[in-house]
Amino acid sequence: MDPRQLTKIDEYTWRIEPDAEHPVPAIIYASEALIRDMDDKVYEQAENVAALPGIVGASYAMPDAHWGYGFPIGGVAAFDPDLGGIVSAGGVGFDISCGVRALVTGLTADDVRGVQKELADDLLATVPAGVGSRGEIRLSALEMDAMLTGGARWAVKEGYGTETDLAHIEEGGCMSGAEPEQVSDQAKKRQLREMGTLGSGNHYLEVQEVVEIFDPELAAAFKLADGNAIVSIHCGSRGLGHQIGTEFLREMAVAAESFGIHLPDRELACAPLRSEVGRRYLGAMRAAINCALANRQIITHLVRQVLARVIPKASLDLLYDVSHNTCKEERHIVDGVERHLFVHRKGATRAFGPGHPDLPDAFRTSGQPVLIGGSMGTASYVLAGTEESMHRAFGSACHGAGRLMSRHAAKKRWSGRQVVDELAERGILIRSPTMRGVAEEAPGAYKDVTDVVDAAQAAGLARKVAKLAPLVCLKG
Amino acid sequence: MAATPENLSNEKPEGRWEHFSHGADIGIRGLGPTKDAAFETAAMAMTSAITDLERIKTRETVKISCRADDDEILFYDWINALVLEMSVRGLLFGEFDVHIEGSRLTATAAGEAVDVERHDPIVEVKGATFTELAVYRNDNGDWVAQCIIDV
Repeated sequence: MDPRQLTKIDEYTWRIEPDAEHPVPAIIYASEALIRDMDDKVYEQAENVAALPGIVGASYAMPDAHWGYGFPIGGVAAFDPDLGGIVSAGGVGFDISCGVRALVTGLTADDVRGVQKELADDLLATVPAGVGSRGEIRLSALEMDAMLTGGARWAVKEGYGTETDLAHIEEGGCMSGAEPEQVSDQAKKRQLREMGTLGSGNHYLEVQEVVEIFDPELAAAFKLADGNAIVSIHCGSRGLGHQIGTEFLREMAVAAESFGIHLPDRELACAPLRSEVGRRYLGAMRAAINCALANRQIITHLVRQVLARVIPKASLDLLYDVSHNTCKEERHIVDGVERHLFVHRKGATRAFGPGHPDLPDAFRTSGQPVLIGGSMGTASYVLAGTEESMHRAFGSACHGAGRLMSRHAAKKRWSGRQVVDELAERGILIRSPTMRGVAEEAPGAYKDVTDVVDAAQAAGLARKVAKLAPLVCLKG
Repeated sequence: MAATPENLSNEKPEGRWEHFSHGADIGIRGLGPTKDAAFETAAMAMTSAITDLERIKTRETVKISCRADDDEILFYDWINALVLEMSVRGLLFGEFDVHIEGSRLTATAAGEAVDVERHDPIVEVKGATFTELAVYRNDNGDWVAQCIIDV
């Protein structure tokens, strides 16, 4: 993207000016170098979102923004139901409530290195990952609905974790307003054998080492110390969420005209929040959020079983669980007035600052942990929401690195075996059911996540707390 | 960016398929002398994003039908019906037979259960999207059916 198309507000804030068709501006938070690397489609998509009915403030793009489906990935937009505001299936994405969960292990990285291979092999054997993998859990129709209503709270009740975990999950582990009856039979069928599975593509489970602390006070609040071992899980609502996304995208695309919404791009498919289809989508999407929370909770349980076998002294306490593909009902101060808004975050993480009433007690003074996943074999980061982030983009920050190279180009450039061997030489063990999938996810196929988090901090979206480097990575 | 073919194959005598790039995901494009053939070859392009077509034996057949007034939505429904069947039945499909009459599509997809060892499947397809979704006749008179699939 050519930065000359944009109004430069400061070094890290760029604006597409509003006009007759776009009542609000689009604001991109990024360094000039990141803007230059961004796809032109980000400009087009961020601007398109600024034209949707009932949008409040601005259409925002995070430093890792890239070409998405209607909304850019790394897009944030809030809509007011009182102003005819909409909800968009594309603005949430196919993998509803995809997110990252981090667990503090009570171990040092050296504890892990002593049993690194055994740990990697046991994780591969225990956590279902990749195409065709199936979970051990089969849900009856009644259990499925209970899971879709209860989320991680349901999972804990079923024995997958503890009550203490729930306080360290967004929404206390259970998204309210979920309506399992709005989830189609097809979506439920797709989920029957997928509970507790990681999926494929960029989803992963990593054992990581804290290699750098940027803010000792916040690191202490998050129980992160240099040289400690962390477990991170990146996955979402699996087949159920994908099917809900597929069905509502189609329904909203066809129905948009009937609501008088003229879409410049059908992928922007949306419906008024107060329409029948809008309400049904919200009920189904919230059920999918619970599915993702339950899924990450079950995977946590499996990881605890592995660690109990391999390093029995490990404790595995949940740091936090954040989702980066959601639409959430939130209250925000806009121009001095509190507004009731529906905030879409597509490839963007919540970054609520200190004192926010939705944060658990543990993070009331620190602000929430913002978990940023890197690509396989590269660094991940823990950031914290700040007071300022609330005013920048409705308390939102980036979510990851974003691809630099297509899957095909990556597969032509590297072999999976080569990637695994090179990372092994650097002390990183990769485990995956597919070597070709590993090639597609090669570290060089992604942008440098460090530039993205530096820009997020400089733009005031979140504050850097710690850098994590992988020791073991399980790829789906 | 999206228009660049990345892979070309002539797997089916009455058409061909190719992939094109889209950031994190994959574009699938089927070409053929008829709309039916373009839908068939596009489905082959989708399977080729997961594994090599020649690795799939045709042991099971699944019947699929969908209906939409708009060709593009019919294509979206076709690819998503395959994604649903693959996911629910744990299958991979290698051969397709499509018949479109007006707004109605009836088809069979033939394949077998996923065998991780033999198929070495690369990615799971989450669904077809509206991005780059198009069904049209090109300048050579061939039918083209394409979209980005989210993986």
